[in-house]
Amino acid sequence: MSTSVKKGQWVQVHEIVLKPEERTAKIPDDTKKVPLELWVKGFLNEDSNMGDTAEITTITGRKVSGTLVDVNPVYKYGFGDEYVPELLKIGLQVKKIVRGEEK
Amino acid sequence: MNRDNSYAAVSARNSEIIKNATGIDYSVYETGGIAFDYERMMSDTGYSLEDIIEIQREVGVGNTPLLELKNITELVRKTSPKGKGARIFVKDEQCNPSGSFKDRRAAISVFQAKKLGYKGIAAATSGNYGAAVASQAAMRNLDCIIVQECFDSRKVGQPEILEKQRKCECLGAEVIQLSVGPELFYTFLRVLEDTGYFNASLYSTFGIAGVETLGYEIAMQCREMLGRDPDYVIATQAGGGNLTGTARGLIKAGALNTKIYGASVDLKGLHMASDNDFNKKSFTTGHTGFGMPYATNPDHADVPRSAARTLRYMDAFLTVKQGEVFYMTEVLSNLEGMERGPAGNTSLTAAFALARELDEDQIIVVQETEYTGAGKHPLPQLAFAKHNCIEVKFGNPDEEIPGLDIILPDHPSLITARYADMEKLKKSYIKNAVHHVGATKANEEDIEFLIKDTKSNREFVIETLNSLNVDIIV
Repeated sequence: MSTSVKKGQWVQVHEIVLKPEERTAKIPDDTKKVPLELWVKGFLNEDSNMGDTAEITTITGRKVSGTLVDVNPVYKYGFGDEYVPELLKIGLQVKKIVRGEEK
Repeated sequence: MNRDNSYAAVSARNSEIIKNATGIDYSVYETGGIAFDYERMMSDTGYSLEDIIEIQREVGVGNTPLLELKNITELVRKTSPKGKGARIFVKDEQCNPSGSFKDRRAAISVFQAKKLGYKGIAAATSGNYGAAVASQAAMRNLDCIIVQECFDSRKVGQPEILEKQRKCECLGAEVIQLSVGPELFYTFLRVLEDTGYFNASLYSTFGIAGVETLGYEIAMQCREMLGRDPDYVIATQAGGGNLTGTARGLIKAGALNTKIYGASVDLKGLHMASDNDFNKKSFTTGHTGFGMPYATNPDHADVPRSAARTLRYMDAFLTVKQGEVFYMTEVLSNLEGMERGPAGNTSLTAAFALARELDEDQIIVVQETEYTGAGKHPLPQLAFAKHNCIEVKFGNPDEEIPGLDIILPDHPSLITARYADMEKLKKSYIKNAVHHVGATKANEEDIEFLIKDTKSNREFVIETLNSLNVDIIV
């Protein structure tokens, strides 16, 4: 079930900074019910398995421990996973107005 | 050395940590009452406007073009009563190295950090400022950590914030990503304490002084291009530094008759610290969720006294709708050939609305643009909104309900200026200023300070203090 990740690989670790009961009073109820979580990336310091507690060295040289959650994390966003055709109407509309072609 | 890193213990060390991380002892500016010595705090940066220009030029920051948006002005005139339709100009701030005006702020903080011998620099921001600090840190050979509010409890983040994270990482910075909540500040304090890095606070004197060149350049460029100062400058209002610095720069240039307007995207009803609401916002900055509280309560920032003091300089505050800003972003692309924003087009949208009310001989300057691209563009942002069950449709933007729908105007004439109640904002500010120090009385110095900090008058300040049961001692 576990994947072995080699020392030196670029990974992401996760930690709980504050448990729900440790959160400050001045936040909405929905936020109070969930922990304050942290993710940070770095080079893995020892061979580890996904889901293990692992130590990393971040790009600034900090040593941070957390649960190993990702290897070579990718940037998954782009220009959206569905097109937004509504936007096409806007350019056509304002060009017509500026060119005096609006009815 | 074993420090107590509990929430309570770190919070209790707040003042000491900030003092070590800014090199500023804020206590020397306090009077013991409501007032503090703002101008002395600002002049204690030790940098003149000329020094700041020089620091910025060294790293390719500033001196951005001022462009006239002729087709957009034409669109205003075609959709306004005869004789109405001010000329709109834009300061193309995306030409800065990291793609926004935030480089101006970062340049000074990073210069100061280097000068004082810090090994690295850190900032708490989910905005363009992170990339600006990362970029400037790279240029001056400092390490950089950005602490970012990024995900909801499902680890879902807005494409705009994720892009800002990528950019920081690609500029060589470490990014600490957090889930929703104001306790981000606790993590940030721990980072400052553990690393000994400089705090590139958006609210420090350096962060504001760096924006003064923006206002100064606007005045100089308008005089060169038009032979006079602009009638209006519109700044997107979030934390207040953009507007404050720009206004101070205009004043330093002697443009004393130019009106300063703020603009924020209306996100009424969405709570900024709510896990559920976090991804229902299509704007992560430049919105009323920051713009209003930072105008009325500037000193709840990450430094004891914020240098960003909106109400000291703002003449009017316009709110615009999310759908209107996305619409104007498309207009800017299609009519002017400039792909920018979207968040940076908040002030452009307000300018469009304002221009429709003004005579043709009036000049409005929109004081920023920002870079665009994957994640930070109407396409991914509206696709993301749809995934979060926000309806995207055409209609009357006045009916837009943040978190439920985004209404693209059926016609540009539906983009209208909505003015916030300045008197209410000023009263709220005075109340917060009193509470900030727990004041029960106010002396002449306090009154003078409040008049300046609200750009109001003695009668208004005294009346408001009376309503708060604060004793006046003169």
